[in-house]
Amino acid sequence: MNILEINNVHKQYANHKAVNGVTFSVPEGCIFGLLGPNGAGKTSLIRIITGITKADQGDVILDGGKLDARHPSKIGYMPEERGLYKKMKVAEHLMYLARLKGMSKPDASNAINHWMEKFDINTWRNKKVEELSKGMQQKIQFISTVIHQPRVLILDEPFSGLDPINANLMKDEIYELKSKGTSIILSTHRMEQVEEICEYMVLINQGENVLDGSVTEVKNRFKENLFKIKYKGDLPDSLPNNIKEISRKSGEIVIQVQDEKDSNSYLDSLIRKGIYIQLFEEILPSVNEIFINVVGETKAAV
Amino acid sequence: MEKLWLIIKREYLSRVVKKSFILTTLLTPLAIVLFMVVAGFIMNYDGAEQRNVAVIDTTGILGTDSLGLKNNKGLNFEKVSGSVDDYKTSEKYDAILELPPIKDLMSKEYEVKYYSSEGILGTGVIERIEGDIEKNIYNYKSKVFGFNKDSLNSLKTSVGLERETLKEGDEKVSSTASIIATGIGGAMGFIMYFAVFMYGMMVMKSVTEEKTNRIVEIMVSSVKPFYLMMGKILGVGLVGLTQVAIWGILIPIIGTIAMYTFGMDAQEIQESQNQMSGMEVDAKEIESKMIQVMAEIKSQNWLLIIPLFIVYFLGGYMMYSSLFAAVGSAMGDDASENSSLTLPISLPVIIAFYIMFAVVQNPNSSLATWSSMVPFFSPIVMPARLAFGPPWWEIALSVAILIASVIFFIWLSGRIYRVGILMYGKKVTFKELGKWLFYKE
Repeated sequence: MNILEINNVHKQYANHKAVNGVTFSVPEGCIFGLLGPNGAGKTSLIRIITGITKADQGDVILDGGKLDARHPSKIGYMPEERGLYKKMKVAEHLMYLARLKGMSKPDASNAINHWMEKFDINTWRNKKVEELSKGMQQKIQFISTVIHQPRVLILDEPFSGLDPINANLMKDEIYELKSKGTSIILSTHRMEQVEEICEYMVLINQGENVLDGSVTEVKNRFKENLFKIKYKGDLPDSLPNNIKEISRKSGEIVIQVQDEKDSNSYLDSLIRKGIYIQLFEEILPSVNEIFINVVGETKAAV
Repeated sequence: MEKLWLIIKREYLSRVVKKSFILTTLLTPLAIVLFMVVAGFIMNYDGAEQRNVAVIDTTGILGTDSLGLKNNKGLNFEKVSGSVDDYKTSEKYDAILELPPIKDLMSKEYEVKYYSSEGILGTGVIERIEGDIEKNIYNYKSKVFGFNKDSLNSLKTSVGLERETLKEGDEKVSSTASIIATGIGGAMGFIMYFAVFMYGMMVMKSVTEEKTNRIVEIMVSSVKPFYLMMGKILGVGLVGLTQVAIWGILIPIIGTIAMYTFGMDAQEIQESQNQMSGMEVDAKEIESKMIQVMAEIKSQNWLLIIPLFIVYFLGGYMMYSSLFAAVGSAMGDDASENSSLTLPISLPVIIAFYIMFAVVQNPNSSLATWSSMVPFFSPIVMPARLAFGPPWWEIALSVAILIASVIFFIWLSGRIYRVGILMYGKKVTFKELGKWLFYKE
């Protein structure tokens, strides 16, 4: 089942088409990467999903229904540019944001206690936000985003500005929320994170989605049938006709096959020749490569 | 609606619990009263030490038994006989006051000499001595010329212009009443001007702050921008009402306490009046004047003025603060750009302030009537007119126009605000703001 469906969404600002017919869906309980270069329309799209702005055209279906006034309570949104009321006390601030998301006072109070315990920041309860370190403020920001147990969590560049320890903490929290059934949309242009964390992805460029699907599937779609072989022994200089050599150094060769099955027969022939195979691996393109590839292509097309 | 309430509550509470708010609210009345007391004290300052003044009266007008000069302002007068030179080296006297003979009874000039090693006397002291001597000469001359003092006094007639009505049903206004009304009107107009600026700017600053520290994006993912703006306007408005109400109570209380502590009684007022005019004013007259003033203040239709004042306060504040909010939402970090955005909104407030001054002088002029109908001016002009009892239809029309304008400008500002708070790094002009009006949500 899909928690979120975006159907042919359009959004026009003055004389700039920010979102131009984007369509994709986010399966429930997954971590979903929303990728795209700067200015691709990610933020515009997120603002539509969070109900900050409305789409000119197209539908957003959240949890089986069109977006309406009830939805803010189902969404947690952490913008890229973080912000809190500097003069407010931590606990008061969390209470305020939780109540605005529609939580009752006792529920919000329990949730605040829970997170304070969890992050071990009970002593900060009555400190003003401006007295906290940056890392601390990030934690408060994160708590305020998830305190109302949203069905969908939208994190815009969640790791930017975090030190490695806090980044790890954030990652753990994301996994934990996922395991509890929260769907997480991660907007980023840091491809290695997508590769590491996300199961599904959509790539947006110039307001259009150019690529979407599960990360493995997308990578397979872009694979060039490259294989890396590490071996011991003497490799014959000439290769079969259906196999192309990409690169070779001592004990390692990268080949490209026309058909996947050809790699097996080649491997078989090597083994028969008594060459000792240490490693045989298909080289899949990294998301980064796909990104540059696809974005570069569309740019060239314009 | 519940969310709007939450926002109002935060905006209100976060401000009224601030130390700076509590201090301003409590200290401003103190400062105002203190200022008045200090100003009064300085004006009447007459040096600290006691000085003994030898009075050589060659004319005899100062009387023989009791001296016609009052011992005050640190001066002790003592009548002595002899010449000036006899006392110049005296240890006992610090100064000598010499009244030379009156040569010509018809002369309007008379010079008295004051010998002292000190510098110039305070104007208050000089005026007092001159006044006292003038009074004595007046009595002396009237005696010499054989005038009856009572009939002389009756020569001076105080003329009051009383407005009488032309038609039945026109309201009769006494001249004291119009002075009182001018005072009340001026005060109200001033409070309105001050409130619109201070609280409007407060809204604007807070909108810009939320935008620049980016909390706004989190807020609008929970509530509609319109509620956020309204919550802020209403919350700050309540802060303003609280503050003005506290001042309205505290200033009279502290003022009364100060008046009793620093002894501003009718006697003193009479004396200072005497000095200023050089004329004799009866203490009883002053007292009756005071009573008249108090009665006039009491007789004002406060049951109408106060609710209307609140209506204009809220109306004017809401209209201007919504505009300030709209402008605040468009602002960035560039201070000079920001001030060029604020100016067109501050301008009508300042113009209204000037109109208000003209209007309290002439509350029934066509300027008064017309500016009461212009929503940009009416919140400042109309409260200034209320004490003069403007025709009810003018009040009704003016309030109606104001309410309609409030609704319109809140709607207008809401449309600019929702776009502005999420717009970064763009140079904003009024043309641009106009375009935002027509953006779809």
